[in-house]
Amino acid sequence: MKGEIAIQREHPTPASEPVDTLSATRPFLRVQGLKKYFRLRGGSFGLAGAYVQAVDGVSFVVATGETLGVVGESGCGKSTTARLLMRLIEPDEGQITLQDRNVGGHNGMSLRTLRRQVQLVFQDSYASLNPRHTMAEEVGFGLIAQGIKRAEARRRANEVLELVGLEPAIFADRYPHELSGGQRQRVNVARALALSPQLLLLDEAVSSLDKSVEAQVLNLLIEIKNRLNLTYVFISHDLNVVRFISDRVLVMYLGKVVETGPVEKVYTAPGHPYTRALIASRLSMDPSRRVEAAPVAGDLPSPINPPSGCRFRTRCPFAESVCSLREPPLEAFGDDPAHSAACHALIPGSGHSRAPAPGGEPSTRANGAPK
Amino acid sequence: MAESSMPSEKTNPPLLSVRGLTAAFRSEGMSLDAVNGVDFDLTLGKTLCLLGESGSGKTVTMRSLIRLLPPTARIGGRIELDGVDVQSLDDEHLRAIRGTKVSMIFQEPMTALDPVFTVGHQIAEVVVWHEGVSWSAGRKRALEMLDLVQVPSARRRLDSYSHELSGGLRQRAMIALALACRPKLLLADEPTTALDATVQIQILLLLRELQRELGMATIFVTHDLGVACEIADRVAVMYAGRFVETGEIGEVIKTPQHPYTIGLLRSTVHAGSEKGRLTPIPGAPPDLLNMPPGCAFAPRCSRAVGACSDHVPELAQVKPGREARCILVSETTPS
Ligand SMILES: Nc1ncnc2c1ncn2[C@@H]1O[C@H](COP(=O)(O)OP(=O)(O)O)[C@@H](O)[C@H]1O
Ligand SMILES: Nc1ncnc2c1ncn2[C@@H]1O[C@H](COP(=O)(O)OP(=O)(O)O)[C@@H](O)[C@H]1O
Ligand code: SF4
Ligand SMILES: [Mg+2]
Ligand SMILES: [Mg+2]
Repeated sequence: MKGEIAIQREHPTPASEPVDTLSATRPFLRVQGLKKYFRLRGGSFGLAGAYVQAVDGVSFVVATGETLGVVGESGCGKSTTARLLMRLIEPDEGQITLQDRNVGGHNGMSLRTLRRQVQLVFQDSYASLNPRHTMAEEVGFGLIAQGIKRAEARRRANEVLELVGLEPAIFADRYPHELSGGQRQRVNVARALALSPQLLLLDEAVSSLDKSVEAQVLNLLIEIKNRLNLTYVFISHDLNVVRFISDRVLVMYLGKVVETGPVEKVYTAPGHPYTRALIASRLSMDPSRRVEAAPVAGDLPSPINPPSGCRFRTRCPFAESVCSLREPPLEAFGDDPAHSAACHALIPGSGHSRAPAPGGEPSTRANGAPK
Repeated sequence: MAESSMPSEKTNPPLLSVRGLTAAFRSEGMSLDAVNGVDFDLTLGKTLCLLGESGSGKTVTMRSLIRLLPPTARIGGRIELDGVDVQSLDDEHLRAIRGTKVSMIFQEPMTALDPVFTVGHQIAEVVVWHEGVSWSAGRKRALEMLDLVQVPSARRRLDSYSHELSGGLRQRAMIALALACRPKLLLADEPTTALDATVQIQILLLLRELQRELGMATIFVTHDLGVACEIADRVAVMYAGRFVETGEIGEVIKTPQHPYTIGLLRSTVHAGSEKGRLTPIPGAPPDLLNMPPGCAFAPRCSRAVGACSDHVPELAQVKPGREARCILVSETTPS
C-alpha cells in the first residue's frame, strides 16, 4: 500500500481480462486494476492498523452513450469506486483513462478537466445541498469556481433548472428546506449538469426517494441522457431499478467484480452463484408466488479480513477446495463473449468439479454453469 | 374494516379493534394531524401491512396503538387490545402490556438492543421482569429464542454484544427479544428496510415462519410493495394519515381501486417492468400542516373532479373486505 503512488502506468493487463466487444469500439472510460484499502484508525475492537479492502482490483469499461449499472450489497465498494473515479480519493493502485487520456499523474488529465467531463450525483440528502444557498446559487457554484462570470453562471443555472423540470421563476431563489425530496434531487442533477459533463456517476441517486417520486426522477434521467447524449454509471442496491435503466451491469461483492455483461444476460442467465442469489432474492410482487426459500444463507463477511480465494466461498453452495486456494479470474463464459463471471465452476480446467471440460465449445461450456 | 362484519369473524373475535384513531402533534400554537381517523380489526394469526410513502402516518398509527409517542402527541379514538381498553391504561399498565401482550421490532435493531449488555442477558431480563421467573429460567428461554430465530451457534451468541453481530444476526436477536414473552401482537416498523436483498428475504421468511408457529397477529409497516406481497394477509394503503384502500393483498395488487394505489403500482419498478418510461404520480405528497380540502390526493390525481375537493370521501366498501376512499368508487358501488 503506497498511497503516494496514485497510478501505476505500467500496470500489466491481466491475461484474463474479458474482451468486451461492445465497449472496445469506443470506450469512454476505462478502469484497470483499481484498488483502495482504508486503514482503520482508533479501532475500538482491536483492529487499529488493519485494512478495509474496499475496492480490490476492479476493472471495467464504459462505452460512450451507454448506461453501466453497478449493483451489489452495502459495503461492496460501489461508492468507493465512484469516489475514486472522481478523484475525491486517491487510488492505491490502478489506472483510469477517460477518452484515451490518463487521469491524474504528472502528464495526465488535470482534476479540473476531469470534473468538467465527469460529475457525481449522490443520494439525496440535505447534506448534499448547502442550506444557505438558493437553488440558482447552488447550481451556479461550480461554474463560478471554474471561473465563469456571475451573470453567465446565473443564466446557465436557470437553463439547467428548466432542463430538470424546475421552473426557474419559481425555484431559482428557493432554499433547500423549501423543496421536497424529489425537487432536491432534481437540483442535485441540475448542479451536475451545469458544467456540461459527458459522464454522470449516479450513486444511489434515487434510492432515498419515495416510489412515486423515484419514477419521476428516473424518467428525467432517461430523458436528459437522450437529449444530451450522456453516458451514465448508475450505482444502486436496487436490482429492479438497475435492470430498468442499464444497458450493461457490473455485479460487485466485497470489493471485487464477480460478474459483468449485458443486462438481460446477467438477469436471465446469471453465471456467478452470488449473482444468482442476488437475482433470486428479489421480491416477487405477486402474493401467490412468494419466495419460499432463502437463496443464500448468512450475510456479508467483514471486508477487513475477506475470505481467501473466492470471496463468496463462505456463503457459496458450490464452494470446493480450489475456491479457497485460488482467486477465480473474471472470464467470459456461455454464449456471449461480453458476459463474464469470476467463478471456478465456470472456468474450464479450474479444478472445480462442476467446471466444463477444457477446450469445450462455448455452447457446451454454458452448461457448466452451476445449477 | 368490513372484515369484522364477515360471518367468519363472528366466531373468531378480533384481537385488536381500532375505531376512529387520530393522532396529532401540538407545539407552539401549531397542530399537525398525522393520523386522521383509522378503523380496523385484526385477528390472531393474521398480518396487516400498513403500506405508504414516507410521512403518510404509518409509524404514528402503529405507535398510537400502544401509546408509544412523545408527550406532544394527542391520541384519540378507541383501541381495544385483547379485551383491554388501551386508552384507559395508566403508565404502569401500559408498560406491563408492552412486551407481554404486544411488542415491537424496528428498522434499526440498535433501537431495541442495549449495547452494554449481552444479547442473552437482555432477553433473560425481560422474561424475568414480565413473568417473574428465575434468572436461570430466563436464560434458558433466551437460548430457546435464539434457536427459534435461527441464530447459528445460539449458545455461544448468548454472550455476544449487539455490536459483535452482523446486521442480519442483530435483526434476529431483536426479534428474539420481542417475542420472548410470547406477545399476541407484534408491531413491526420496516424491520427489513435497511437490510441487503439477500438478508431481507431471510428475515421475511423467518417472520412468516414464526407467525405460523406462534400464531400471533402482526402489523407490519412498509413502504415497499414487494415486502407487502411477501408478508401481508391484508393491506391498508395509507395517504396523508388515512387509509385510502384496504383489502386482501392479492386483490389490492391485482385490482387496485384508489387512484393513488393505481399510481403507486405503475410507478414502482419491478422485475417485470418494461424498459422505457414509467408512469409516475405527478407532484409530491401534501404538507400535513397545509392540507388540501377534500380528498388529500386530489391535487395529484389525474381523475379528480371538482367534487373531490368538497369533502373527504368515505372509505367505501367495494365488496366485503374491500374498501377504497374515492368518490369514483363510492359512486359506482351501491351502498
Ligand atoms: N473513509 C473510509 N474509511 C474506512 N473505511 C471505509 C471508508 N469508506 C468506505 N469504507 C469501507 O469500505 C467498504 C466499501 O464501502 P462503500 O464503497 O461505501 O460501499 P457501498 O457503496 O457499496 O455500500 C465498506 O466496508 C466501508 O465501510
Ligand atoms: N414526534 C413528532 N412530532 C411532530 N410531528 C411528527 C412526529 N412524529 C411524526 N411526525 C409527523 O407525522 C407525520 C407522519 O409520520 P410517520 O407516521 O412517521 O410517517 P411514516 O408513514 O413515514 O411512518 C409526518 O408528517 C411526520 O413528520
Ligand atoms: S469460485 Fe467457488 S466459491 Fe466462488 S462462487 Fe464459484 S463455486 Fe462458489
Ligand atoms: Mg454506497
Ligand atoms: Mg415510518
